Amino acid sequence: MTNHYIDLKNSDCILIMGSNAAEHHPIAFKWILRAKEQNGATLIHVDPRFTRTSARCDFHVPLRSGTDIAFLGGMIRYIIENEKYFRDYVVHYTNASFIVSPDFHFKDGLFSGYDAEKRKYNKDTWVFEKDSRGIPKRDMTLNHPRCVFQLLKDHYSRYTLDKVSSITGVTKENLLRVYKAYSATGVPDKAGTECYALGWTHHTTGSQNIRTMSIIQLLLGNMGICGGGVNALRGEPNVQGSTDHAILYNILPGYLKMPAASLDTLEKYLGKNTPKSNDPQSANYYQNYPNFFVSFLKALFDDKGTAENGFGYSWLPKLDDGAAYSLMHLFDKMYDGKVKGLFVVGTDPAVSSPNANKVRKALENLEWMVCENIFDNETHCFWKGPGVDPGKIKTEVFLLPASASMEKEGSQSNSGRWVQWKYKAAEAPGDAAAVGELTIRIMAAIKELYAREGGAYPDPVLNLKWDYIDKNGKYDALKVAKQINGHFLRDTTIGDKTFKRDQMVPSFGMLQSDGSTSGGNWLMSGSFTADGFNNMEKRGKDDPTGLGLFPNWSFCWPVNRRIIYNRASCDLNGKPFNPKRKLLEWTGEKWVGDVPDGPWPPQADKEKGKYPFIMKPDGLGAIFGPGMAEGPFPEHYEPLESPLTVNPMSGQRINPAIEFFNGEMDKVASADEKFPYVCTSYSCTEHWCSGALTRWQAWLLEMQPELYVEIGEKLAIEKGIRNGQRVKVSSARGEVSCIAMVTKRFKPFQVEGKTVHQVGLPFNYGWLFPKDGGDSTNLLTPTIGDANTFCPEYKAFMVNVTRI
Amino acid sequence: MEITRRGFLTLSGAVASGLTLSPLGINLKPARAYAADLNKANRIKAAKQVTTICCYCSVGCGLVCSVDKITGKIFNIEGDADHPISEGSLCAKGAGFFDLTEANRHRLRKVLYRAPMSDKWEEREMDWAIDRIARLVKTERDKSFITTNAKGQTVNRVETIGHLGSSNVDSEECWLMVAKARALGMVYIDHQARV
Amino acid sequence: MKGTDFVKLIDTTRCTACRGCQVACKQWNEMPGLRTRNRGSYQNPPDLEWNTWTLVRFQEHENGDGVLQWLFRKDGCMHCTDAGCVKVCPSGALFYTEFGTVGIDRTKCIGCKECLFACPFEVPKYDRATDKVFKCDLCYTRLREGLLPACVKSCPTGALTFGAVDTMLKTAYARVEDLKQDGHPDANVYGDKFVGGTHVLYVLGEKPEIYDSLPQKPAVPLTVIAWKDFLKPLSLLAAGGVILGSFLHYIIHGPKSPDENGDRDAT
Repeated sequence: MTNHYIDLKNSDCILIMGSNAAEHHPIAFKWILRAKEQNGATLIHVDPRFTRTSARCDFHVPLRSGTDIAFLGGMIRYIIENEKYFRDYVVHYTNASFIVSPDFHFKDGLFSGYDAEKRKYNKDTWVFEKDSRGIPKRDMTLNHPRCVFQLLKDHYSRYTLDKVSSITGVTKENLLRVYKAYSATGVPDKAGTECYALGWTHHTTGSQNIRTMSIIQLLLGNMGICGGGVNALRGEPNVQGSTDHAILYNILPGYLKMPAASLDTLEKYLGKNTPKSNDPQSANYYQNYPNFFVSFLKALFDDKGTAENGFGYSWLPKLDDGAAYSLMHLFDKMYDGKVKGLFVVGTDPAVSSPNANKVRKALENLEWMVCENIFDNETHCFWKGPGVDPGKIKTEVFLLPASASMEKEGSQSNSGRWVQWKYKAAEAPGDAAAVGELTIRIMAAIKELYAREGGAYPDPVLNLKWDYIDKNGKYDALKVAKQINGHFLRDTTIGDKTFKRDQMVPSFGMLQSDGSTSGGNWLMSGSFTADGFNNMEKRGKDDPTGLGLFPNWSFCWPVNRRIIYNRASCDLNGKPFNPKRKLLEWTGEKWVGDVPDGPWPPQADKEKGKYPFIMKPDGLGAIFGPGMAEGPFPEHYEPLESPLTVNPMSGQRINPAIEFFNGEMDKVASADEKFPYVCTSYSCTEHWCSGALTRWQAWLLEMQPELYVEIGEKLAIEKGIRNGQRVKVSSARGEVSCIAMVTKRFKPFQVEGKTVHQVGLPFNYGWLFPKDGGDSTNLLTPTIGDANTFCPEYKAFMVNVTRI
Repeated sequence: MEITRRGFLTLSGAVASGLTLSPLGINLKPARAYAADLNKANRIKAAKQVTTICCYCSVGCGLVCSVDKITGKIFNIEGDADHPISEGSLCAKGAGFFDLTEANRHRLRKVLYRAPMSDKWEEREMDWAIDRIARLVKTERDKSFITTNAKGQTVNRVETIGHLGSSNVDSEECWLMVAKARALGMVYIDHQARV
Repeated sequence: MKGTDFVKLIDTTRCTACRGCQVACKQWNEMPGLRTRNRGSYQNPPDLEWNTWTLVRFQEHENGDGVLQWLFRKDGCMHCTDAGCVKVCPSGALFYTEFGTVGIDRTKCIGCKECLFACPFEVPKYDRATDKVFKCDLCYTRLREGLLPACVKSCPTGALTFGAVDTMLKTAYARVEDLKQDGHPDANVYGDKFVGGTHVLYVLGEKPEIYDSLPQKPAVPLTVIAWKDFLKPLSLLAAGGVILGSFLHYIIHGPKSPDENGDRDAT
């Protein structure tokens, strides 16, 4: 989230799209309803299905799964045509005025530079024209035919009401209703916010769904303000923390880039990944990248990493340039028999991965698997799953019992980046131990083997600092937290401050690239004070701004800033756009309110002032986004499987930049009469993710006992299906048996002149428990993902539903 | 943080207007006490209160675990009224947090091991499992370690061991897992943030 | 209702059916979850049960304009001022608390099931295995300690609030006025106009007859009134109540036979 949960109360219009907030973030809904009651906010739910969220919104607008960009593209067109944008904000705080290269173009669904064979773009033309100083050229009137604003206007001029309505299945009346209500926030004293979740990320166009909304928020001046932002309501308790700490193939803690094979030295790596800007008004905060990265290497390798050996850079594994190693790639390779060992910690991929039949088959090729969890699940037990003969499976499986959340000390980061320390309430049962404890013990045993016997490239294993145990030899979360925060490795003077060796680094601004500081994740520097007080333990209830920032409750990264890009809430002179919600104000000497995005004066000060979007090299919000895989402006493409044979917007039916998986089990059936219905998958309030924790809990299972498919009344009549009857849902890849829930909450769509039915199933069930609760919905889903992130497309695929 | 000092009412989610019941002149004489039920309220008053954060969605709601000081066991969990986000409230999953404790009979308590071709789990000792896992990891890493890729670039990685999970462990544990996986040279690293 | 009474207000127009209340109730009262099946609805268990004292009812409703609503109503004991269950209870297990609510002391319950038939809301539920009746007691033990009822505390959206009767009535009527201004012309307060007034009040967005399983004119059955007037005074003569209660049950209904044990397998 750019903002945070309580801040939702400060909004004047809340668009919930790609999220079912009331069901999946019920306590967030407390603040959403408060916005309605306190500010008279309009609550809008755009979703294929009428849900518990819709029930409490002012209106629900159904749209066909996978057509969000068309819907939002129409909103961009509406905002520009009706001049609903916040002009001062757009001119000064975004790259709308930048002049784009004359070689950049867009034709029939493709941007310039497309390589059809590689399904990738050469982005050389997606650049700005620069002046003699190397600073992007701008036209502050926004009239230049090649300025971002005009290109944007041109691009979305194609998203007419008729076109959008025909693609999305949303009536024109409903489109206008949403566009009008939401674009009314494009004024200085109103705030509009967007809440999304997996409903946006689980698409082949997931990242671009979110980017389309970011463009809207920049046009309306809704970024960096109270009650605004683009807010990911993330789905797991510490998914913010686990992402910050990078349990992902492509990044290292703090979103540092995983080294590529072509960058064989630290110098080359830092040269490539440290952005440059020639604009003196751009803070370009990532110019500090070397400080963050070297401090990370020092946290890993401590005194073994020296300036001479590149602080151990060569000990890190390198990824092949342009290659991906995501969960889908892992199972693809495992299916081919090329993966031998697997760690499965607190997760259930045999239920939660796309095309679960393929995943389950792939697991059979493992030689060993190490699992850590508090309950058993379908992945741990794949060797005795449906249709599997254990006698033929060689895999050695270890299932280590783990501590539950309240049985260990440590921190969790919520979506609003509040990193809250929690305490151990009781001992774990039996031999169960914290995952931290298990990790330490396994790695310590491996290190011992390498120390004793040597082996392949033992350096990183042996040189890894690994002393995170207390005096009783047990996992010490506090010690790890301090290592993550970072400390000084020698007495250091920075400006007018002197720090002793072993003192904590109080802010990432103090991290160094010369090896004098260690810090496991720069974002978390400041989670401790220099003297070692744990800011994550703070539980102060004061709210000086009255805006719900609660600056003394826990630690919030970065540097306790509660709303990111908050300098954009003020005008060029640092006066709040909305005096009723003063998030930040420049007094002439300093900023007061939230922790500002940097201490510099506001932008009007041409000497010392800085632009507000300090993490962007150009310092401004990116309406033109050349970092994306499929183009700098989001474009509508159909899902891999859709009811349409052509994309009504262009000759490119599907996202041109997605990577295909072509294994024998990766079948696809688009616009196929055998699978005529759009299907989507989701969770419910009563279960969590794969259900691997919640199905074992009788109170929750009692409320949602088994797999069901929600079917509209019209389709049910057509198919002769009664409510509560058992039915089969099938796709090109698999089938599940479940209970039909016939409902008024799914209605057919009119798409390109024909009636399209959509159905949906929860993804919370698996064969292991309860025995008669049904199996995974992911037996149906395709192995395909977003072109930037490889988030699988769980939210739009084609199925059939038949009576049993 | 223990909230014992702040007293039992911290748990109360004090009635919205801040009123408590007894000042209104209500007779609280235990005319019809139910021994067993009253016992629970009394046990909470005598218990150690430990705060924690919910482990489902990412709102980060606060909970208070009441721990019996004699047995060390948790016997009640409810919302933390002091928490600025949740203000004591909880959804169905949060309200059922108690069922994640060892009171749930399905919790795993022993190391389970499944031997090749076997059709059942067997209980094992933790020490044995750790040693066996370390040996398997080392054997596989030594066998499959890749120094250079097809282009001859130095890559120092292991492609035959994957690591999945988890967004449902603490940040410190995440960091340790990443440090471990990267030091071993793993590249197939992923978790729920993607799925 | 007396001025010193307390009331739980259920504002159905604020409910998101997160069912925190349904679970919080079980957690505090240590009631098990039982194996159920999906019958084509989110509502589960299908009805109040001996182990489910509060239940969120889910109902799809299209109003006259064809606008779809998903109505959520948290069901449970209404805590009547003139409570049929208390009137008929021969053993003194059901009683009025000092808060005006209806408590239940299961140690005194003889499993006669009179209260099941006396309740106009069909709230008390009988458990065969223990031969006892169960229902919400509005967390009597919590109230006595100055704690909110478990369901009210858990509610995220303000759909459940609790307080002194006058305050709650004012709040309820003010909310109804707001709702009427905000496109809910049929909004109403339910509960204060019958059975002496209930200690659970609803703010309903629609007319009461729209809602499943919600009686429009709840009243204590005439037979119960007869029972109260004629037989119940006899039971009060007995100090323990239990023995005489059993005897009275015998003379009215004949011998009481233990029922079959139901499906109690908690998962």
